[in-house]
Amino acid sequence: MDFFNQDLTSLHSDLVAKKLSAEELTKATFANLKQTDAKIDSFLNLNEDAALAAAKALDAKGINAENVLAGIPVGVKDNIVTKDLTTTAASKMLENFVPVYNATVVDKMTQNDMIIVGKTNMDEFAMGGSTENSAFKVTKNPWDVSRVPGGSSGGSAAAVAAGIVPVAYGSDTGGSIRQPASFNGIVGMKPTYGRVSRWGLIAFGSSLDQIGPMTRTVKDNAAALNLIAGNDVHDGTSSEREVPDFTAGLTGDIKGMKIALPKEYMDDGIDPKVREVIKAAVKQFEDLGATVEEVSLPHSRYGVSAYYIIASSEASSNLQRFDGIRYGFRAKDVKNLEDVYVRSRSEGFGDEVKRRIMLGTFSLSAGYYDAYFHKAGQVRTMIINDFNKAFEDYDLIIGPTAPTPAFKIGDEISDPITMYMNDVLTIPVNLAGLPGMSIPAGFADGMPVGLQLIGKSFDESTLYKAGYAFEQATDFHQATPDLGGQH
Amino acid sequence: MAEERINAEQVAHVAGLAKLEFTPDQLETFTGQLEKIIGMFEELSTVDTEGVPVTSRVTDRHNALREDVAVKSDERAALLANAPETANGLIKVPAIIDESGDGE
Repeated sequence: MDFFNQDLTSLHSDLVAKKLSAEELTKATFANLKQTDAKIDSFLNLNEDAALAAAKALDAKGINAENVLAGIPVGVKDNIVTKDLTTTAASKMLENFVPVYNATVVDKMTQNDMIIVGKTNMDEFAMGGSTENSAFKVTKNPWDVSRVPGGSSGGSAAAVAAGIVPVAYGSDTGGSIRQPASFNGIVGMKPTYGRVSRWGLIAFGSSLDQIGPMTRTVKDNAAALNLIAGNDVHDGTSSEREVPDFTAGLTGDIKGMKIALPKEYMDDGIDPKVREVIKAAVKQFEDLGATVEEVSLPHSRYGVSAYYIIASSEASSNLQRFDGIRYGFRAKDVKNLEDVYVRSRSEGFGDEVKRRIMLGTFSLSAGYYDAYFHKAGQVRTMIINDFNKAFEDYDLIIGPTAPTPAFKIGDEISDPITMYMNDVLTIPVNLAGLPGMSIPAGFADGMPVGLQLIGKSFDESTLYKAGYAFEQATDFHQATPDLGGQH
Repeated sequence: MAEERINAEQVAHVAGLAKLEFTPDQLETFTGQLEKIIGMFEELSTVDTEGVPVTSRVTDRHNALREDVAVKSDERAALLANAPETANGLIKVPAIIDESGDGE
């Protein structure tokens, strides 16, 4: 079985009607996973025994008819800690790390009877845009296995796009949910900063990181965000605002919605074929009765530089904890304590992680702090002000998610700046803490192209409402990869 | 911004601060890459930020206070299972200073 023909609502009704047991669904999921993942390498660690036991227990208990996620198989990005299930963040540093607690989002999954299938591949410590920075394997794009799935949540995206699981969770610091969602033709939501608890997410850039859902449809995505949203006593930055039902406003009616299209998101740096897809999407929104007008976000072009200073600085601080002492990799034949630190870190981290630590340490160091870290924080304010100005007159901002469709494996990995530019359209959203979602909007040269929807702070509901209306009017989300003719 | 962006000597200094070490070849590669990336950062110097406040967090919360309640933990064995080396129920580390090292 794969998940190309059934959404969560349909699976749920089969489970409630006992046409399908949770155990049968879980067994079928693993059978398909083993066959399909041999081609795309989207999972790092499987949770098969515990998943089957949980499914059997759920069948004995009975499926809650009110909970659309009960019994649903889910993939979890490997930087989200899972008690008793190896969690590596795709780093040699954590190759044998077995967490002693669950991330809050994982507790919510298990408490609500989701079946955790396994941990998905990613760029090491979520640093990268292609999943090529994994210390363990390179995930392939199901639409064309010679291409990357994007990153850093590339394993989660590929697993959903290949029909292995109907839902996977990822994390997004600069675009790591949305860019792979775009590359794989699925729906990926980066919620507002503070909407979802970060407790148990292995920290990268703490003022930017958010966990979010990746699914094949907008409605499934809204249900998957409902599950994980809300305040958590363990994360002092998680918001105390009330969480609405994100599936509630999905009517398909967006007449009168005011949408902005930033001209900077449609400039020469964007692949012309991607721009064509977005222009067609604009037309679609107009046909649905929305108005779309051009705006300017003049400081968005500085987002990449500001982000790589801020995120790397935060990373250099967060990753100090990996010192070879209490857990994680320790180098062999070390002579003294300094040796443990330096050799363990030098042998345990991959090149991209080292580059970010170096950039961050440099940006924070004496003599450079004002020119780099302080300046980047000021530019961040100006990027936020640009968004605030646009949202005075508009409900929603749209544009491409990524400048290009998925590129070939090996094409960009040796050139850090080219790789960093993948995030040029997603980074400003993280810097401002806003919600952003990528939905399938068409194809360029046979590869999926995502449309990005950016909302006001804590207004994920408008993104879902607009995304759902677009999805109902188009059929891009129904297209499936053929994985070399196997499906 | 700095006239000279970064040279191999500075990269080695930063590596020391970050508790990383590089071979001469790696140092050369990293210096070239960091030079280019920091060169990109210099576009920020063209933005007039006079009087603009710094944003360092985007949470809607200010203080998150709670009662300080002690809870029992029985995870000692599981925690120690993750340690690279243990002895007598404790985490084992090498000597801080040895005769051949220059441990600080």
